[in-house]
Amino acid sequence: MLLQLPAVGVLLFWMVVPLGLAVYFSLVRYSLLNPDLRGFAGFENYQYLWEDPSFLPAVINTIVLVGSVLAVTVGGGTAMAVLFERRFPGRNVAVLLAIAPFFVMPTVSALVWKNMILHPVYGVAARALSLVGLAPIDWLGGCPMLSLIMIVSWEWLPFAFLVLYTSLKSLDPEQREAARIDGAGGAQVFLHVILPHLRRAIGVVVLVETIFLLSIFAEIYTTTSGGPGHSTTNLAFLVYSLGLLQFDVGIGSAGGILAVILANIVAFFLVRMLATSLKQGA
Amino acid sequence: MTRRRIRTWLIGGIAWFVAAILFGPIFWMTLTAFKTEGDAYELALFFSPTLQSFRDVFARSHYGGFALNSLLISVGSTALCLVLALPAAYRMAFFPTSRTQPTLVWMLSTKMMPAVGVLLPVYLLFRSAGLLDTVSGLILINTLLNLPIAVWMAYAYFCEIPRAILEAARVDGAGVFHEIRHVLAPVALPGLSSTALLLIVLAWNEAFWSLNLTSAKAAPLTVFIASYSSPEGLFWAKLSAASLLAVAPIMILGWLTQRQLVTGLTFGAVK
Repeated sequence: MLLQLPAVGVLLFWMVVPLGLAVYFSLVRYSLLNPDLRGFAGFENYQYLWEDPSFLPAVINTIVLVGSVLAVTVGGGTAMAVLFERRFPGRNVAVLLAIAPFFVMPTVSALVWKNMILHPVYGVAARALSLVGLAPIDWLGGCPMLSLIMIVSWEWLPFAFLVLYTSLKSLDPEQREAARIDGAGGAQVFLHVILPHLRRAIGVVVLVETIFLLSIFAEIYTTTSGGPGHSTTNLAFLVYSLGLLQFDVGIGSAGGILAVILANIVAFFLVRMLATSLKQGA
Repeated sequence: MTRRRIRTWLIGGIAWFVAAILFGPIFWMTLTAFKTEGDAYELALFFSPTLQSFRDVFARSHYGGFALNSLLISVGSTALCLVLALPAAYRMAFFPTSRTQPTLVWMLSTKMMPAVGVLLPVYLLFRSAGLLDTVSGLILINTLLNLPIAVWMAYAYFCEIPRAILEAARVDGAGVFHEIRHVLAPVALPGLSSTALLLIVLAWNEAFWSLNLTSAKAAPLTVFIASYSSPEGLFWAKLSAASLLAVAPIMILGWLTQRQLVTGLTFGAVK
């Protein structure tokens, strides 16, 4: 017990103290600008947050961002895993290139995309569009959420691909052979052999990505700062601007608690599945 | 046979195309880093390479200082993580009790908390403890973020070591220290060193807490690059040079940890 005590203790502290403080802050009046304003607020902060015109868009933006990126990365990652699982010349190098974006720090990804790819005049995307005779698009100004989804998907597609690819390699080839001999076509093999095998890996990808995507911040901070208007403000950016730009800790904490609740709804469904499969694995 | 060959080449072609698209922005950034600011706006693949942008980056900023912060934070947090994780993983792998599995799952669940939920309390705790904008503060945060991953990975590696080896050593009268030093370490070291590499990669690229908890003194490279968001972002060659320096070393480490990355980030659910 003594050997695990430091690790357990540190994590227990990390889990209990900040979260407990966040719950407490969300229930009191606490503004860094106005220290005289104190006292128990009940659910006032939550009510204020609810009435804030940026709140509902932030919740919707969070769900749209997380949902879209999950769809792109899981769909794309599965397709890529199936594709790369075939043998072809230089496969290992191609895998290294394909997973490279995952190792790029978020601020670099965001700025390279913002300036060099999505720039409305000189960006690679604008040049490519004009090559095929289409009008250039003001990506971050005109469709900021779509641009953000593209950037974040680019960062996370390699992760989904790598996990699903690794999982697919552990599929027993005989199983697939057997399905083929039974007369199953490519689509049927995919639906009845490959997809069931990948189920656990897909669950893990969804869970891990959701946790990280709920806190997407650096990409927004360096590209749109939540704008134009509130069009790319997600819960993470809203909490940051309420707490650290407007210095209202109470309302900001209420927003943080809502993000925690959102994460737990997702985790509730996935952790159980994950926990049982972890026990089987260990 | 020929149809099969065509299929292989077709699949290879598509796969390489996908890989090239994904790597495209990094490739483009690398090229641009060696261009002049004037050439940077051209799509040309051929140009006369120059190191001017790198010189500018070093001349106009304390690049070395930011890089040093990144290095201290990632190496420091990794070391601290291992110091905390290894004894725990050792205990849980070799002397499991009925509480071991629940403890491991609980550790995993601490990763389920989105960072934004505790941003303000942590910010205020850091402020009152004088940890804002300090390297030790970020070492602490990264240690907490990566500790569950470290425990899980070390646990997974220890579990792969046959119990019989340890028992044989014990029967031969080896003490605990001797056992760890001469039996456990040689077997577990490759796995543990890739664990360490993965932790370094994760801490190096951490941006959420770094942006919120540091400003100038302790800012790592993630924060330094963010300062290019305007208006220096318009200087593509300099942006690219600074970015390339920040990304390249860690990408090589990342490639080396490819397999451990999957095990570590999926908590052993996918191997």
